[in-house]
Amino acid sequence: MRKTEEKVLLTGNEAIAEAAIKAGCRYFFGYPITPQSEIPEYLSSRLPEVGGVYLQAESEVAAINMVMGAAGAGARVMTSSSSPGISLMQEGISYIAAAELPCLIVNIMRGGPGLGGIQPSQSDYFQATKGGGHGDYHLLVLAPSTVQEAVDLTMMGFDLADKYRNPVMILGDGYIGQMMEPVRFKASEYMELPSKDWAITGAKGRQRNIIKTLSLNPQELEEHNLHLQRKYNEMVRREKRVEIYETDDAEFIIAAFGIAARVAKTAIKILREKGIRVGLIRPITLFPFPYEAVSDATKNVKRFLVVELNMGQMIEDIKLAICGKSDVYFYGRMGGMVPSYEEIIREVEKIYNKGGEH
Amino acid sequence: MIVKTFQPPKSLIARKTHYCAGCGHGITQRLLAEVIDELGIVERVAGVSPVGCAVFLYNYLDCDMYEAAHGRAPAVITGFKRVHPDKIAFTYQGDGDLASIGMAEIVHAAARGEKITVIFINNAVYGMTGGQMAPTTLIGQRTSTSPSGRSPEKAGYPIRVSELLSTLEGAAYIARVAVNNPKNVIMAKRAIKRAFEVQMEGLGFSMVEVLSQCPTGWRMSPLEAVRFVEEKMIPYYPLGELKKTEGAER
Repeated sequence: MRKTEEKVLLTGNEAIAEAAIKAGCRYFFGYPITPQSEIPEYLSSRLPEVGGVYLQAESEVAAINMVMGAAGAGARVMTSSSSPGISLMQEGISYIAAAELPCLIVNIMRGGPGLGGIQPSQSDYFQATKGGGHGDYHLLVLAPSTVQEAVDLTMMGFDLADKYRNPVMILGDGYIGQMMEPVRFKASEYMELPSKDWAITGAKGRQRNIIKTLSLNPQELEEHNLHLQRKYNEMVRREKRVEIYETDDAEFIIAAFGIAARVAKTAIKILREKGIRVGLIRPITLFPFPYEAVSDATKNVKRFLVVELNMGQMIEDIKLAICGKSDVYFYGRMGGMVPSYEEIIREVEKIYNKGGEH
Repeated sequence: MIVKTFQPPKSLIARKTHYCAGCGHGITQRLLAEVIDELGIVERVAGVSPVGCAVFLYNYLDCDMYEAAHGRAPAVITGFKRVHPDKIAFTYQGDGDLASIGMAEIVHAAARGEKITVIFINNAVYGMTGGQMAPTTLIGQRTSTSPSGRSPEKAGYPIRVSELLSTLEGAAYIARVAVNNPKNVIMAKRAIKRAFEVQMEGLGFSMVEVLSQCPTGWRMSPLEAVRFVEEKMIPYYPLGELKKTEGAER
């Protein structure tokens, strides 16, 4: 597991933790919660080996604020949690986004609302992509659908956080966290990163630095908001990532992210054998959302099925992209239930057999 | 020959503060600046301002500073100190911030023996929001949200934070001081300096609770306010060094 080249078999949680180490993350602050506890467990033994710090906080509220302190001190730092714990972190996330501090936050989603359950879910899509905490801000949200992709996105996530001085969220689910797959740790593509001359290190030989988010002058605060929006627009222009699968000849498209897309791929293979030409659009960045890729697909495809492990959240972005040009259907399971490929096939055939031109 | 014997501390920025007449914040911040100067640590110290009247500390103190969400200063400075264990770290928090919304963070920072110094301003009310009842408000004390006086039946009892934290192994130095008269101000400075030294000696968590007058929040004149500290607060919140771990005595 220590060599970067060889393939190793790891659970998603362990792989994310090791990827963080490989990306140079040396600080972890968190609080135990199922189904992500293997991340803090792994890092509690691994971080001291590389001269890092693992600290179990008294709560998720404290953990995210420790992350803020370490990020402000110029370190590569992360936390991980699952849905109810991520809810508790929203205050801190808003402050970190406002203060423009880089960090990585992993959410291995479980079914909600409330305490919910411990089985896989994708029901925090709105929370992750539309704000979550108070104020106008965005996280960069990356959604892996394999353990290998969880590794790659984690390693790239730290670079993106530093590049944009913005918190990055890895939005996985209980499946991604718990399943085992072979992975390889390869360095992510080189990114030029700005120096952290804003960091709190003690004002030696320089003007003092202040990391703050209070701004009582509304004009000044609007100016800061405009600055943040320019940054988010820059992410929209440069950072959209999407997987397009078998869409060239498709007459029907499934849109799904994370584990739901994985199940959909199996369904698509079988549907194609049956002669129904189905393709897949899988957003990898949920913010920025790849609206154009979805919109482009409407040229030839009149029917879309959105599959999610929730009551229909990403479907709102799909509908925005499609803008009424095609019909959009939805199939979702909730509370920790995961749709099988048979269910997806049945759903596609049902819509397909309705037939008729739209 | 005229010799200049009095000058403001170098780490204090020369500007008018936003504090009300008679407020204890200005005195305490001046002491903090004097201690930072005397220990020669201005280039390796970082502090955290919380939410409340204390937030503008970064406008007056010339060193690296964070601003934290309400109550979270001990967590934020923990993040800093774990990254830079060789640097000096402090928080400056009011009683609403530390003893109410931030109780979990302060207790656990002390329990972990986090090598930080906390300056805790206890003025028995929420000052910035207009003098509402705080967890430290005295029994019978009138505030804007306890208009007929704090009743223990309805609002419970004021919390003695210093005594509470003194029971924790990780707490190396805990003292309570006041800034209501010159003698107490001198004692307060001594305690603040000792608290920083305890951190620099690596002994653990240190905190100085400062009983501070809030004439505006208390609806009193500055003179009445310093008397209130003497006659009402000190009897309930006794002054002195409450905890000195081995090595912290002097």
